[in-house]
Amino acid sequence: MVVNIIKKFINKVLSSLFRKKKHVKLGLYGPPNGGKTTLANKICQDWLGEDMGKVSSIAHETREIQIKEEINIKSNGKELTFNLVDTPGIATRIDYEDFVKVGLNEKEAKKRAKEATKGVIDAIKWLDEMDVVIVVLDSTKDPYNQVNITIIGNLQARNIPVLLVANKVDLRKSSIKRIESAFPQYSVVGISAKYGKNIDKFYEGLFALVG
Amino acid sequence: MLTLQFVPYAEIEQLGSARRVKKLLDIAKQDKIVLLEGRLKKEEEADLIAITMEEIDDTFKGIELAVVNPERKSQDFFMAVKGAFTSMLLGNRQGFTIIGPATVVKQIKKDPDKIELFTSDTKEKKLKKSKRRQ
Repeated sequence: MVVNIIKKFINKVLSSLFRKKKHVKLGLYGPPNGGKTTLANKICQDWLGEDMGKVSSIAHETREIQIKEEINIKSNGKELTFNLVDTPGIATRIDYEDFVKVGLNEKEAKKRAKEATKGVIDAIKWLDEMDVVIVVLDSTKDPYNQVNITIIGNLQARNIPVLLVANKVDLRKSSIKRIESAFPQYSVVGISAKYGKNIDKFYEGLFALVG
Repeated sequence: MLTLQFVPYAEIEQLGSARRVKKLLDIAKQDKIVLLEGRLKKEEEADLIAITMEEIDDTFKGIELAVVNPERKSQDFFMAVKGAFTSMLLGNRQGFTIIGPATVVKQIKKDPDKIELFTSDTKEKKLKKSKRRQ
């Protein structure tokens, strides 16, 4: 309980600092194929009228850090400007043969695997640069994955405020509750980035987090 | 045949973060499953992933990782402080960490009550190796 009070106090201090900052660096983190770039595209379409990056059903489509600067969002009379940082999906294993199985030729698959490993390293390096992080999880998958736990644990160790997004709620197998019970200390917003479902709740959650 | 190597916390206690991570990864690269007493620091877990990525090539495909931590949700304040103090002095020896090479360990499934480790099909692996030799 005392630990929670201290955590809330730290978050409040951090939030007040962000209010004074001109541009909050907002990172999108998570495992591959969770929908980070789809969410980045939704945010950019909503507020800039353009996409941020290419999406694909093949994992590791985003293999480089992508930044969209000065996104200004408004919700319930509040305003927030941030730089959006879309990061490559973090994984512990990358096998070029998995890309061959989904139709890439061996040369392309090896190239993609090499770039993907570099992308994971960059995403981890960039953790220190973030002010606020949205962890995008596929709500149809097992949330007790060690990659999720490591990402969230590292954000917690760095005192970076976190909002969990349970993405793909439009799919039948989706379970927000599973993510909530895996990470009970965090706010979880269930959305479908692809179809824009509950996106208003996501923006509300973002304002609640940043202050 | 599966090989499991137990690493007592005392064996990594005196090592710096980089050497700890390298020691564990070197064992996994020998196609052995590492069973570490306790756990790495959170930052070291992230370093382990980053260094794994640097080492990936045609034969080493990465790792599967799971940390089993017996955290008690109903722990009172005194026990929580005692636990934190012990960890600070002696390192985090609670629970254990499993690190398996991705070519051997297909998946580690974890939920609050159990942990399941699925290994790759040995026959399939042998077939792949013989195909590569041809």
